[in-house]
Formats: sequence, structure tokens, C-alpha cells
Amino acid sequence: MATNWTINGVREALTAKKISARELTAEFYKRIEARNPELNAYLALSPERAQAQAERVDALVAAGKPLPPLAGVPVAVKDVISTRGTKTTCGSKILEPYVPAYDATAIERLEAAGAVILGKTNCDEFAMGSSNENSAYGPVKNPVALDRVPGGSSGGSAAVVAAGLAVASLGTDTGGSIRQPGAFCGIPAMMGSYGRVSRYGLIAFASSLDRIGPFATSVGDVARVLQAIAGRDPRDSTSTTDAVPDYLAEMDKPVKGLRLGIPKEYFAPGMDEGVRKKIEAGIEIYRKLGCELVELRMPHTDYAIATYYIIATAEASSNLARFDGVRYGLRVDGDSLVGMYRKTRGAGFGAEVKRRIVLGTYVLSAGYYDAYYLKGQKVRALIARDFREAFTKVDAILTPTSPVPPFKLGERTADPLQMYLADIYTVTGSLAGVPGISVPCGKIDGKLPVGLQLFGPAFGEARVLQLAQAFEQNGGATV
Amino acid sequence: MKISREEVLRVAELAYLELSEAEIETYRAQMDDILEYVGKLNELDTTTVEPMTQVLSSDQAADATVREDTVVVSDVAATVLKYAPDPEAPYFRVPRVIEK
Repeated sequence: MATNWTINGVREALTAKKISARELTAEFYKRIEARNPELNAYLALSPERAQAQAERVDALVAAGKPLPPLAGVPVAVKDVISTRGTKTTCGSKILEPYVPAYDATAIERLEAAGAVILGKTNCDEFAMGSSNENSAYGPVKNPVALDRVPGGSSGGSAAVVAAGLAVASLGTDTGGSIRQPGAFCGIPAMMGSYGRVSRYGLIAFASSLDRIGPFATSVGDVARVLQAIAGRDPRDSTSTTDAVPDYLAEMDKPVKGLRLGIPKEYFAPGMDEGVRKKIEAGIEIYRKLGCELVELRMPHTDYAIATYYIIATAEASSNLARFDGVRYGLRVDGDSLVGMYRKTRGAGFGAEVKRRIVLGTYVLSAGYYDAYYLKGQKVRALIARDFREAFTKVDAILTPTSPVPPFKLGERTADPLQMYLADIYTVTGSLAGVPGISVPCGKIDGKLPVGLQLFGPAFGEARVLQLAQAFEQNGGATV
Repeated sequence: MKISREEVLRVAELAYLELSEAEIETYRAQMDDILEYVGKLNELDTTTVEPMTQVLSSDQAADATVREDTVVVSDVAATVLKYAPDPEAPYFRVPRVIEK
């Protein structure tokens, strides 16, 4: 059978009865068994659940009934998203024994659309990191360049799709954690607008920034998965009531005449020269397609990392207060209730998570709240305003996804601030709440993938997908 | 130096986080670097800027009205307790809080 499955490929093979959903599921588990020991991309598998879902799909095929949009498609899910009956560790020792009693809304919607959930993917602990090296269960290797990181925090979700161990996957993005690993592993990866996909069942890192979104091997498949999971959910009060457009119908429109903003601030010194050359070549593709390229100024870009690390750590320090050894996960006994909390949290959290809890608690504490947290929220408003003003002049904004190509394992772990700066082009859109995608934009020396990032206005996912697909169909991946 | 050892200890106490001696010094030094970097926000005059407390604007916001108070059955208690560190149905047991 074909080695590079797509959502349409699965559908056609099932409909033509060339393969059953059960056989396809078994084929993917065989691949995982062969390849995962090297990559460390899956943390847990859910074969019984996958088998039961595959049987439901096969029954539909046998009865000649219409197939739902993701029927039989093998997918993987980042381990911060709750799956009933399957361990959900968030890449942390503190949740090592945790098995959720319920499914996230995104999981329910994937299965309602016919997808087969193979298992849970490795990630930085509580989604905090940019290289997947903060997982308590070991780093993930980049399948495209095995001595390199896959990016983070959704490194496992990117790696399994790039390695053909799932047709699509879900990750989460708080400051770049979908888009940057997508760029590093050479596949398209998207976060919808804040509020587009329900966060119910997503174990929270920073609630005003967290978003669930897809990885796949084509922009079309990214759109198909987003379509399945998007939309209002009464269980998440921040999920929007705005209707979900038909992305596949919208995205086939021609891009000629669309205005693409190129913000000067994203092309400042500090960017790797190899990345710069690929992005410049990528911009030429849009010029040839007849897009109008508009130079933009987004003056608060340079303040985004500082703003992000105040707001994200403040929210994390609150959200992670729930891990105290009482209701789930690890407990380390102490001489009192508070002693038990302190020992459990000290032993259960890894270095980066503790660092962020300490920082986040500090910026929220008496005497520092105004100077840090309130200041951060004000600058966040200015960054969001930069985006709103930009979208009065352009249809989308084009930037690199990451200032650097995938770096070597261990190369950047010593200095947390340097690691934070790797998110310099992605955190802006996270703070503003707008949708963003990373699409493959060639490989440096034919080896290291580069990602081109597109931002659209809030709820402008269709426009972002349309431009990304045009790029993909006109040689973007091989510039 | 922006951050003292005592401040790290104060924050760790607020966060109920036990830190080793090595961690206290590491985080102190790293917080120093990070807060030094974050200080660049003071280049911006934000006296007239409203803080961004919501991501969605009012026309994109979800329905803010209060939902109907309907009872929805949830039968997860047994499963939740099954994976709890020290369950005694229908409770989570914790170390003694109130002295005899």
C-alpha cells in the first residue's frame, strides 16, 4: 500500500475496498513499533480504542453508508489533551499515573468525524518549551534530521506526521508550539484564532493564549482537521459563536491581487542567513502569483517576548496550582497538608516548569503586579493594535516562522532566555489572538526545513489557508 | 542584581514549591537575567493604554448570557477516584488539617 497516506487517499482506499480501516490502523501500529523507539514521539498508544473506531468505520463501508469526513484517518494527539481511558501526562512526572475520566471536545469531534486516535504524543512538560527537550520522558528526535530537535512544545505531534506515523495530529500553541515544530519538521501546522477551537479538556498552561490546532502533510489536510474540530462549545465560554466557514470551498479561490504585508521588524538582524534566503525566495512565489507585497511597520514587535513571558508565566502559576497531590497524579507525603503540597510539587515538576511557576508567581505577587503583570497586559494591547492596524492595509502578514533552522539536541538547553528568544516571530500572533500557519519553505542545503508563517485577521482562517495552499501548490516546499 | 535569595524563597513559599539549594541559586540568577530583559517594557509609555484583559472583542465574544440551570448527569466520580493518590470513596484523603 501507499506509504504517504493523505485524508483523501484513506477515503478513496476505504471506498474502493482496497484496505479496511482495521488493516490501515494495524499498518500504522506496525510503523510505530518499528520507528518510535528511535524517535520517542509517542508516549502512549490506544490500540483498543483505535480498533473499536476502525470497526465502526468498516461497518459504515460494508453497509454502503456515507463516510464522515475523516473516516478511518489515523491521528495522534498531544499529551496535554485529555483522552478518556488513556494516560495523559502532559510530559510531566506529576501526572505520570493520570488517566482522564473524560474526553476533550476536540477528541470527541475528531472521533465523530470518523478519525482513529492512535495514541498520545510527547511534548515539553505542560507545553513549556521550544525544543521538546523539557519532557520528563526524554526528547523527541526530528525525523527529518535525527541529530536535531523537532521543535516544541508539540514536537511529538510534528514528528509523528513528518515520519508517517500518523496522517494528521493535534498539537497546542501558546507562543508558537504548533507553528515552530511544524517548521522544524517540514510540514504545515496551524493555530486558528483564539476562540475558534474549544479548549475544553485541554490541560491549561496559559488560558488566554492556549489553542488546539492541526498538523498534516498538506495545507488541505490541515484545513480538513481544523474544520472537524472548530466551532462553538458550550463547555468553553471563550469559544466563539461565530459560524465556521467551509474552509475547503473558500481556500481554492485565486490569490491574485491579495495584499501581503511584510513587517520590517521581522527581518531585523538576528535571523539566520539560510532562513532569510529561503523566506525571500518564498516571497517571490507570491509576487509571481500576483499578490501585492506591502512593507509594514509593527512597532511593538520587539516587546513581544518580554510581554509573553510575563503573561504566560503568570497564567501558568495560577493554572498549575491544581497539581498538589490531592486529586490526581503524584503525591509525595509530607509532615502536614502544606508539607505534602510542597514536596509533591517540588518532586513532580521539572526544571522549566518550576522556573515558570517561580517567575509567574513573582510577577503576580504584591508589590510587583503593576510593574510586571499589568504592564504586560498593556503592552499586549499595543501588540494587538499593531495587528489590527496592519489588517486595515493588508489581507495577511508574511514572516519567517523561526529565526533559526532546527538546532542540535542539547545545543540551547543551558540558557533559558536564549531558548525563549527562539519564539520571537510566533508569540506576537499568540498575544494578538489572530490565526497563524507555518508552511514548508524549502530546506537549507537540502537538509534543514524552513517554515514561512502567515497571520490573518481574527477569524480569517480561510484567507490564511488559501494563501498557504497557493504557496504549497506553486513550489513553496522546494524553494 | 534584581532578585535576592530571600525573594526566591518568598515566591517558592507562595507557590508551595519545595526547591533545593542548587535550584534556589539557579533560579535566582536566571530570574535576574529574565527580569533584566523584561525591563525593556519600561521603554514604552503606557499611561493611557487600557490593559488587554480579554482576547475576543465584544462582537466575536461567545454568548455571555447565563445558561439555563439544567441538571446534567455526570458519572465520572468512580473513575476519578480510581486514579486519585489516596481515595476513600466518596472522598480524597489528605494529611490531617485540624488538630484534635
